[in-house]
Amino acid sequence: MDTMMGLINLEHEHHIFNELTYFRNGSSIPFGGRYRMIDFALSNMVNSGVQEVAIFARSKFRSLLDHLGTGENWSLDRRNGGLYILPPDWNDPTDMSRGDLQFFHNNRDYFRRGKSSYVLISGSQFISNTDYHDAFKFHLDRKADVTLISTKIEELQPEHNSYFRIESDDIGWVKNITNDRKNPTLFTGVYIINKELLMEIVDDCIAYNNNHFFVHGIKERLADLKVQTYRHRGYSAFVNTIESYYRQNMKLLAEENYRELFYQPTFIRTKISTSPPVKYRKDSVVKNSILANGCTIAGEVEDSILFRGVSVKKGTTIKNSIIMQRCTIDEGVYLENVILDKDVHVTEGQRIIGSKDKPYVVAKRQTV
Amino acid sequence: MEEIIGMLLAGGEGKRLGALTNNIAKPAVPFGGKYRIIDFTLSNCTNSNIQTLGVLTQYSPLELNRHIGNGKPWDMNRGTGGVSVLSPYTAKNGGDWYSGTADAIYQNIHFINQHNPEYVLVISGDHIYQMDYQRLLEQHKANNADATISVIEVPWEEASRFGILNTTESLRIYEFDEKPLNPKSNLASMGIYIFTWETLKAYLIKDAQKKSSSHDFGKDIIPAMLDNDLRLYAYQFDGYWKDVGTIQSYWEANMDLLDEDWGQALNNKNWKIYTNDSNFPPQFIGEGAVVHHSLVNSGCFVYGTIESSVLFKNVVVERGCVINQSILHQGVKIGKNTTLERVIVMENTEIPEGTSIRISEKEEPLVINQEILSGMLTLSGEEI
Repeated sequence: MDTMMGLINLEHEHHIFNELTYFRNGSSIPFGGRYRMIDFALSNMVNSGVQEVAIFARSKFRSLLDHLGTGENWSLDRRNGGLYILPPDWNDPTDMSRGDLQFFHNNRDYFRRGKSSYVLISGSQFISNTDYHDAFKFHLDRKADVTLISTKIEELQPEHNSYFRIESDDIGWVKNITNDRKNPTLFTGVYIINKELLMEIVDDCIAYNNNHFFVHGIKERLADLKVQTYRHRGYSAFVNTIESYYRQNMKLLAEENYRELFYQPTFIRTKISTSPPVKYRKDSVVKNSILANGCTIAGEVEDSILFRGVSVKKGTTIKNSIIMQRCTIDEGVYLENVILDKDVHVTEGQRIIGSKDKPYVVAKRQTV
Repeated sequence: MEEIIGMLLAGGEGKRLGALTNNIAKPAVPFGGKYRIIDFTLSNCTNSNIQTLGVLTQYSPLELNRHIGNGKPWDMNRGTGGVSVLSPYTAKNGGDWYSGTADAIYQNIHFINQHNPEYVLVISGDHIYQMDYQRLLEQHKANNADATISVIEVPWEEASRFGILNTTESLRIYEFDEKPLNPKSNLASMGIYIFTWETLKAYLIKDAQKKSSSHDFGKDIIPAMLDNDLRLYAYQFDGYWKDVGTIQSYWEANMDLLDEDWGQALNNKNWKIYTNDSNFPPQFIGEGAVVHHSLVNSGCFVYGTIESSVLFKNVVVERGCVINQSILHQGVKIGKNTTLERVIVMENTEIPEGTSIRISEKEEPLVINQEILSGMLTLSGEEI
């Protein structure tokens, strides 16, 4: 049976999340009340039958390592295969590779030893709940070299600017990969490639001193490769800035989006912790919000997302905000359009109001 | 050699819990929005650094076995020790079901001998409490005791409902009265014992040979030890403790979690209650929802009003519903405009739109599952 092995390549992700990425890389930013950004790519791979996943992680990956652990929560703690977190460590004096080719070069064994003949590659900033079985079947049926997963955006936003656009013919052969901002068909950064071909491209790219596997190895060699595109339908989001992060989290407060992302037969998996159910006190008022376990609510929460273990004291109002793990909001506080990173303590009587387009962000572990 | 190992009696059928224990053992009954009753004792063991635990199962053990698994949620998946599920078995000489609490331990003497502990902690999986068993052990050692029994002070007027231990001022037990008419003390046994293993083993073997014995710790072993003037001491516990043996007490214990002081215990960083967790997404609280004084677990969709209730995972409460003082187990779906008061709804039950079930304060809360529900609907022609 044909199978895929997985690769989550964090090398070329955009890390423009200001306060949220002071202490972590973009892939481990908390998202959606309970998850981290990388959970979506990782869960989609596992839910697509991938049983070995490698992660290219270059910097600030302490929290990523903590989150992933042995991979147990994604059923990736396996005797054969499983999870490989590949840090940037090399001492080969003859190594001439650059950019993400360094990762490929230094981890050839992962690909060589893997049992699969196909590789499913992804970043961490395309958020969806997708089973790639159909895309894989499509890849095999068409006998393609590479299949790029694309999605059509209804309303183009600034966060979409940095993504490649795909031009294809009627039956999905890719003719061009462009930066044409008017083209709403975006490349999601998720693609399937034949393993042998991947290894060849890696060698070629290194030989020509290239530093970007996808750009130099696939985009620039488009004419020589059989590249297909497969359209992803349904709810998805690109998250690569504070603004897109805030907007896409808020969109989950619309029930249909919440259901499409979280309530598919295959759930998004994440690091499981032991938190008790949410505790509502006598006078709590909660409306149109998403709350994770371990929260204690005595105040008012409206149109907001609360991560695990948040405490909202009496007489406090929280609106249109994202409150991450273990924040404590004391009595008489008013928060609107605010993002609080983990472990923030807001003291009694504070008022913090951001704008809808530019939410006010408080970095991790601050007392305000 | 290990200093102490735990033996957890989890075979109880829990007859008085009615439909709640139709297919599962009492310790596996869901509790507190995401736990099972046994999680409290399992977590007590983990938090008390008991590293070897035998769990004795008997009645409908599937759910319980699946829940415990290899013990991972309680950090009991260890190379040596850890958790072992001990079910009755047949051997060359035939083999038997466990016929009493003492018999269950007797039949697993070989298991305890393998670990060769100095002390054995005997507990059961059907009480809700948080206790550091190490403190019990410390006192046991300080008294140079043969057995130490944990006791809790009950109101004097209720003392005749319990097994009452009569002690000297230094808490040495000289008498055990099962449900005494005129109690001499208000110290009730909690069914938590530490025994010095060599002593207990001798008594278990002797008791097993006694045909007339009911092979029970409270009825046989403890009285026999007292008869022989062994050093038995009481350990006084003053925290929250609840036997969830009846539907009324099960309901009460769930409601107690809504109480500010005791309920916080679930969220105590130094004494976590561990359980097998799930991948359900965070709960979704809709536009018109009202939630007060309640516990709500992940995967729930709430559009109606929830007052003083406990919702397990993946419960849906539609618009116009009023759920009051009720417990909704996982996967329960409540149709629009339904009113429930003092009701316990079992796993995956779907309550049709417009249903109204209210149980008064004087009655025991009502347990319903799909079967009971369809019976009720036929009886009353859609109007309950």
